[in-house]
Amino acid sequence: MNFDFSLIISSIPQLLEGLGLTLQLWFISGILGLLLAIALMLMRISGKWFLYAPAMIYIYIFRGTPILVQLFIIYHGLPQVEFIRESFLWVVLREPFGCGILALTLNTGAYVSEILRGGVNGVPKGLGEAGAALGLSKVQRFIYITTPLAVRLAIPAYSNDVISLMKSTALVSTITLLDMMGIARIIVSETYAPYEIFISLMIIYLVITWGTQKAFALFERRMSRHIIQ
Amino acid sequence: MNLANTEPRTVISLQNVDKYFGEFHALKKINLTVAKGERIVICGPSGSGKSTLIRCINRLEQHNSGNIIVDGHELTDQVKDIDAVRREVGMVFQNFNLFPHLTIVENLMLAPRLVRKTARDEARKHAMKLLERVRIPEQADKYPSQLSGGQQQRVAIARALCMNPAIMLFDEPTSALDPEMINEVLEVMTDLAKEGMTMICVTHEMGFARSVADTVVFMDAGEIVERNTPEEFFNNPQQQRTQTFLKQILSH
Ligand SMILES: Nc1ncnc2c1ncn2[C@@H]1O[C@H](COP(=O)(O)OP(=O)(O)OP(=O)(O)O)[C@@H](O)[C@H]1O
Ligand SMILES: [Mg+2]
Repeated sequence: MNFDFSLIISSIPQLLEGLGLTLQLWFISGILGLLLAIALMLMRISGKWFLYAPAMIYIYIFRGTPILVQLFIIYHGLPQVEFIRESFLWVVLREPFGCGILALTLNTGAYVSEILRGGVNGVPKGLGEAGAALGLSKVQRFIYITTPLAVRLAIPAYSNDVISLMKSTALVSTITLLDMMGIARIIVSETYAPYEIFISLMIIYLVITWGTQKAFALFERRMSRHIIQ
Repeated sequence: MNLANTEPRTVISLQNVDKYFGEFHALKKINLTVAKGERIVICGPSGSGKSTLIRCINRLEQHNSGNIIVDGHELTDQVKDIDAVRREVGMVFQNFNLFPHLTIVENLMLAPRLVRKTARDEARKHAMKLLERVRIPEQADKYPSQLSGGQQQRVAIARALCMNPAIMLFDEPTSALDPEMINEVLEVMTDLAKEGMTMICVTHEMGFARSVADTVVFMDAGEIVERNTPEEFFNNPQQQRTQTFLKQILSH
């Protein structure tokens, strides 16, 4: 096999043209997904069946099926439904970009809500009782006691999910979007050099992952000031 | 003793209080009144319902029947009254339950800032005064995990005092401590008693009960079996169950 190292380097600038789209998909769905996750988590811990039951079903469906299938249903399936074409949703679903954002958001929301719930459940019950005994309302206890401690507990698992979301953005190349993966596939079809191109692509993804891990490590250290090292 | 008030006013009253955990009958027809400035020690074997009883007083547990009236407020599902009661009642837990993400002084400032909307400077000043009272002002800017158990429990007492409660509840405040730290906590509690604080204290520290309590209450199997002055309680226990219990703990 003829392996062309220079191609690995020279294809990187071309691949980086898709970086903007990759980052957009990642950040937008990451933030929307986090908001969705918070809502789902609150529903899950509400103690009211008409809130936690729908949340549980939602989470089960989105964690129990491949994200690629979810993406295809949203991109190929939903536009078949007439009332969706006529509703405001169509503004989003008309474009593959909107479909990508929607699929990634719905999927990461399901995973992250479980991560957040784990964090909340990890906060010792006695701390909430201490807050209650001081006269703090339920909402005050949740904001000032539970949340900061739950966030600290959830960071390691959450950072994994953020990285896995970044990797999942590559799936949108299957619905015609030209993110880094989409561009890589085009270059491969022109150069017939899959190894070199995909290795360059791996390098870029690895650099992003490395930066993300560093950022979360810093965040975790900051949130752990109260634990003696 | 400085019991300045001439007409003892009832600040806590429990009438025929029952509490169930599912099928389990944890409190059985409890009747108890506490006068202003009174110091009550509750003791009894493990599982007898001591914690459940004092947790009903600030509604960390909800009783199933009977009445509980604290400082004129009847405890019901009305949220407003519960918060009013909780501001009047401080509680100290066996495991301290300090907020680990806040410094010592922030632990003391949280409730006054949020509940009373006290200004930051004023809340801090008050907190420092309380830390002096429990003799650890120098630890103010550390985190709870940097303090010994005895110090943490003294902070917890100061935190409970920061809302200026009229009543203090203690649930085995020294039983999670190493023996050499028990006294520093008992001393702070004794100071409080001398200042006239109304106290209900679950403890097996019989020396503390003898020297500080006005009344000792003995519980077993969800019932109040006997109540008496410490003198009578220790020297002349009336009930068989009390005698057995005293023999057990005094033999340690
Ligand atoms: N949340 C709960 N759910 C079910 N049962 C409970 C609950 N809390 C307490 N109990 C039961 O109620 C009984 C009384 O418990 P409580 O904690 O009041 O006892 P205690 O006298 O404080 O004991 P200890 O000295 O061990 O602290 C125990 O049998 C306990 O198992
Ligand atoms: Mg107990």
